[in-house]
Amino acid sequence: MTRRLDVVGRSLPRVDAAAKLTGSAVYADDLAPPRTLHCKILRSPHPHARVRSVDVAAARRIPGVRAVITGHDLPIRFGILPVSQDERALEAEKVRYVGDPVAAVAATDEETAHAALDAIRVDYELLDPVLTIEEALREPAGEPIHDHSYTRSPANVHRLVAYEFGAVDAGFERADHVREDVFFFPGNTHLPMEQHSALATYAGGRLTLWSSTQVVHYVQRALARVLELPMHRVRIIGAVHGGGFGGKTDPFSHELVVAKLAMLTGRPVKCTLTREEVFYAHRGRHPVLMWVRTGVTRDGRITAMHFRSVLDGGAYGSYGAASVFYTGTLQTVTYAIPAYRFEGCRVFTNKAPCGPKRGHGTPQARFALELHLDKLADDLGLDRVELKRRNFVTPFSRAVNWLRVTSCGLEECTARVLEASGYHQRRRTPGRGMGFAVSAYMSGAGTAIYWNGMPHSEVQLKVDRGGVTAYCGAMDIGQGSDTVLATVVAEELGLQPGKVRLVTADTDLTPIDLGSYSSRVTFMAGNAALEAARRMRDLLVEAVAARMGVADIDREGIAVGGGRIGEFSFEAACELAEERFGALSTAGSYTPPRIGGPFKGSGVGPSPAYSFSACVVAADVDARTGIVAVRRIWIAHDVGRAINANLVLGQIEGSVYMGLGEALMEEQAYRRGRHRWPSMLDYKSPTFLDMPEIESFIVETVDPEGPYGAKEAGQGPLLPVIPAVNAAVHDALGIWIDETPITPEKVIRALAARERGEPARQGPRSFPAIPFPALIHVDPPDPGDLRVGAELDARA
Amino acid sequence: MLNELERQVQREVIALDVNGELTELLLPVHRTLLEVLREDLRLTGTKHGCELGECGTCTVLVDGEPQLSCLSLPVQLEGRAILTVEGLAAGAELHPLQVAFAEMGAAQCGYCTPGMLLAARALLERTPHPSPQEIREALAGNLCRCTGYVRIIEAVELAAAANPA
Repeated sequence: MTRRLDVVGRSLPRVDAAAKLTGSAVYADDLAPPRTLHCKILRSPHPHARVRSVDVAAARRIPGVRAVITGHDLPIRFGILPVSQDERALEAEKVRYVGDPVAAVAATDEETAHAALDAIRVDYELLDPVLTIEEALREPAGEPIHDHSYTRSPANVHRLVAYEFGAVDAGFERADHVREDVFFFPGNTHLPMEQHSALATYAGGRLTLWSSTQVVHYVQRALARVLELPMHRVRIIGAVHGGGFGGKTDPFSHELVVAKLAMLTGRPVKCTLTREEVFYAHRGRHPVLMWVRTGVTRDGRITAMHFRSVLDGGAYGSYGAASVFYTGTLQTVTYAIPAYRFEGCRVFTNKAPCGPKRGHGTPQARFALELHLDKLADDLGLDRVELKRRNFVTPFSRAVNWLRVTSCGLEECTARVLEASGYHQRRRTPGRGMGFAVSAYMSGAGTAIYWNGMPHSEVQLKVDRGGVTAYCGAMDIGQGSDTVLATVVAEELGLQPGKVRLVTADTDLTPIDLGSYSSRVTFMAGNAALEAARRMRDLLVEAVAARMGVADIDREGIAVGGGRIGEFSFEAACELAEERFGALSTAGSYTPPRIGGPFKGSGVGPSPAYSFSACVVAADVDARTGIVAVRRIWIAHDVGRAINANLVLGQIEGSVYMGLGEALMEEQAYRRGRHRWPSMLDYKSPTFLDMPEIESFIVETVDPEGPYGAKEAGQGPLLPVIPAVNAAVHDALGIWIDETPITPEKVIRALAARERGEPARQGPRSFPAIPFPALIHVDPPDPGDLRVGAELDARA
Repeated sequence: MLNELERQVQREVIALDVNGELTELLLPVHRTLLEVLREDLRLTGTKHGCELGECGTCTVLVDGEPQLSCLSLPVQLEGRAILTVEGLAAGAELHPLQVAFAEMGAAQCGYCTPGMLLAARALLERTPHPSPQEIREALAGNLCRCTGYVRIIEAVELAAAANPA
């Protein structure tokens, strides 16, 4: 069907622009109902300690203190993943990182709450902390961080996975050249401008929580579980959101604590984290040490790849059981790797828990993979871009690890950035360089966190009084999902997006959407909205057709657009339809097809569609100071179709910015278990003055399953930036910085190493011995087999 | 050491001019302008990202100049004109910067936006036609994690284009 699109594809202002530009948008910390109590949380100052006792008697006696709770009040464990229910809202027995919550108070004002925290006495028995991957891989002399029934061997190992797709050894034998490299990607954090905040009320046996969360649905699950309330008596409302990037995708201690305190006091209770607490709440990018070995033919075609990763998970599971897979999964989505072995490990350490940050587990691996291929190209004397191009995946094909690639603009993205940047025409001048990298990302995880057959997104539409209201659980975290939903509904009903009222992210009012993570909202909620809107459009058209006396068969001829349906205004059409059908309500839902292969662990990585990006970075590197100045970045992103071009460009630019920060300065670093710089001044992030010119290109491949062909835009464009910066630094000075961020110190050290006749690089030298389990051998699929769901199961 | 509750708190009656409205408040002298705006006057459009003067989020204008409200004390601001994001529009008519920010998509999560708007307004009052580099320098103290700053610069340029030459 080719239909002219009225509002899809245009750069209309966001539907929430006015509220955000006038200061009237209400974020979680802006809420202050009468009688609100202030909540503060007492956190462990020790990275690893047993809690012998918590004495709250003195705190309770302070005038103005309304309640003090400890771990005994909230004993039930929780966690985002069903397999990692390892956190408690307040720890009664043991603390596992600096910042682990131990007690909480609710008081009439913030100063009283602070005073109450000061009055709480905790008796800690200090335990040896485990602070590095190397320490975590030893059998601990003292107590392991978690109970051994929950971990592997050695006792601080959280997860171990090992897969082999196809005949890897044979692939290496076939290779003309084999290369091994080791890379390290230290962790960094999301640093949203808004600190996490939550406010709870409890009345009539019903609990209501407003929170700055990306996942109202999972917060509802955690609250119901820990507070032992049925889910229908727990209402979670996503307040206007001040930035997530994955950092507000877990249920958090403070959300459970304010809920419990509201139940105990009968008053609204609010907790807003301080900036320092946000650094410890973390769930950011895992530090990952990686080893990769690849065989290639003389002309640069990959014959086999073996990828190993070990993730420093911090103190708790969070999304880590999935993160470990993500470090080894999407390599095959950009490059046709005929045989692939992946071994991954996640360890616990006594540091703030790591989790998903923009790109979730894949930026680290993408960094390693792109630089490794650059080095392979250099070994063979091939052009770096050409080697990558020769291995690009084919659109509409199935990868060796069973991931299904549909629309794919990798070639076009590459062509666009090469042409615009003049990459191949660049003059080779010492100190000036260019780097190139590509990447792919999911348009939503194909598997839900809680495995069930229910849709991943549902949308309800109501039409009355000449207006449209869309109800959806999706949470706009600034990426513009509200605008996308409104645009989809408006397109189908022939309206302007601003005319669609939205009710989102409220578990009492909206059907389930799993939330704003894994770049899923445009694809999944967009498809659900599309289905609901098409059903509503059918009702309106049917009513208009009946009035116009148009036969069923000619209904296609009734034009919908410009606020009119056939001969009638939209308002008049609504009245006709309501006369004919009664109350007008439709629903739509979206369930992704089952894509994963016939093996355990195949649930991580499949997505109904992948976005693709290509990037060229031009950088100047000063050999005297080691300072890297990125001059310009060209980036092309295959978004399938841009539902709102301005929003897509905003996501691309924001991703480039965040990737640049990770490449050059951002690092979540610790000293003896304490964050080295838990402040916005010391944790360096790019300012206006650090940003180069960005030239962005939207590539539209119109995916067959995306709404109007759309795919994701929020995470993918971050991925190629980091390796492209490193490659540019190598191009400029001939040094490899195989460890992010590229600080001046590392540049100087690499240059000094070369002076001494050592390899001109900075980075890890070896990968530790890890007791990976026996490989799970998986037969690769036929690359042309695109079947999904029941048809795929029938084959397996 | 005295805890916060045992400390002697000095209070003063202070008349604050916020967005052209004069309000008398009885305030502890250590209470910050940020707290007074958000909690006493319920002008929650002013946001906070660190309360340590590091991020620029809580920027307001005092006599037209950007000032971090988290580091400002109302006792020092009597008789000064304080402008917050709520006072930027002229009634129902949005300020050209607000229009330009909407047009360019310069606000994503919107949390840094009030501070950006006010810092940009101070710039345009001073320099009606700033160069991109002047915009960068004027706003360098305001962090944003969503936009990569690109669209904010473009929005300020767009708003400036409407200024008389």
